[in-house]
Amino acid sequence: MTKKEWPLWEIFIRGQHGLNHRHVGSLHAPDAEMAIKNARDVYTRRKEGVSIWVVPSSAITASAPSEKGPLFDPAESKVYRHPTFFDIPDEVGHM
Amino acid sequence: MYAQMVKSEGMKSLEEMSPEERAFQERVDRGEKIEPKEWMPEGYRKTLIRQIGQHAHSEIVGQLPEGNWITRAPTLERKAILLAKVQDEAGHGLYLYSAAETLGVSRDELFEKLHSGAMKYSSIFNYPTLTWADMGAVGWLVDGAAIMNQVPLQRTSYGPYSRAMIRICKEESFHQRQGYAIMMKMAQGTPEQKEMAQDALNRFWYPSLMMFGPSDKDSVHSAQSMAWKIKMNTNDELRQKFVDETVPQAEYLGLTVPDETLTWNEARGHYDFAEPDWAEFFEVIKGNGPCNEERLGARRKAWDKGAWFRDGLTAYAEKAAARRAASNVAAE
Repeated sequence: MTKKEWPLWEIFIRGQHGLNHRHVGSLHAPDAEMAIKNARDVYTRRKEGVSIWVVPSSAITASAPSEKGPLFDPAESKVYRHPTFFDIPDEVGHM
Repeated sequence: MYAQMVKSEGMKSLEEMSPEERAFQERVDRGEKIEPKEWMPEGYRKTLIRQIGQHAHSEIVGQLPEGNWITRAPTLERKAILLAKVQDEAGHGLYLYSAAETLGVSRDELFEKLHSGAMKYSSIFNYPTLTWADMGAVGWLVDGAAIMNQVPLQRTSYGPYSRAMIRICKEESFHQRQGYAIMMKMAQGTPEQKEMAQDALNRFWYPSLMMFGPSDKDSVHSAQSMAWKIKMNTNDELRQKFVDETVPQAEYLGLTVPDETLTWNEARGHYDFAEPDWAEFFEVIKGNGPCNEERLGARRKAWDKGAWFRDGLTAYAEKAAARRAASNVAAE
């Protein structure tokens, strides 16, 4: 009986050339090389990707759910960061 | 509904809840997704581990009845298709184990609970697959029944579970269609082939109805799980939906559903049908189905005989890491 469990890896897949790698899930593997091989079988059986990144789950630092307010609320009042905040007269044409 | 009779924790009214519990329930009611690091009631976490774990086990054990026919598929193309389907089931199991792991249980712990009998898998996989037509019946009926439950579960409250379900549903429809394609071929084949297809339907009909679990009036855990949105429909609702969709598909095949009481009820807008033998269901759940021992035995054997391989890969990874560390030191 194996007592030592294989570490967990987070898998990122680039769906098409020109797109970002996107997190698709996680899996267990003994090392990075096997993590890529397993990710190919688990997450790209239907040509879902052109490139794979694997990252040890233990290397991920996540923001705490309790910090959601302080982190993200300040952006709420800064609507002028969106182009639609500014009214441009129709006569000016497309901008 | 690869998860049956999942034991849920007690149900509280909003007034009885602590402020944290009430805030949680209100988030669920608003349709917000709960993510792994967020606060959740202990009962929610435990129930989800049981449910997702059982679902994952079902995907893995579910490979066995179909794996039985990979070496005996009638053509190379059908063999390749069945192989792809069984590989998908392994993938589905892995997605679900990963989702369960976000709740603070490890995959190996879940395996141990499966192997010791502490956790269950769906009753359906304790029935044998005796002929090639069973590959058709399993894909059509068993995967069809699974889809009934998995499609609404894409909206479940727990984020990782919902995402696993979305991924699974994308792939599951291939499974059902490949099963129905086998049934069509056999139903239109020689009289002997049609008879095999009918025989497969006869044997898998009631076990498929059992997949949805006992009637709601006997299902003690439904209310809390539905409030938490980890169960989206009642067992009877899903069973009815399955019968309503499947009967016309059987008619198209020219096969007869093995239920003499089956009739279209114009007033209800649904089929009336006979309940499966629930005494048989409880026996299968208890471990006394036709294949319980064989299935669990196969899983235990695979796990035990694979130990040297898992250990070997771990040892190799450790040595390679040590070598890299040593060569880094030498280069400094």
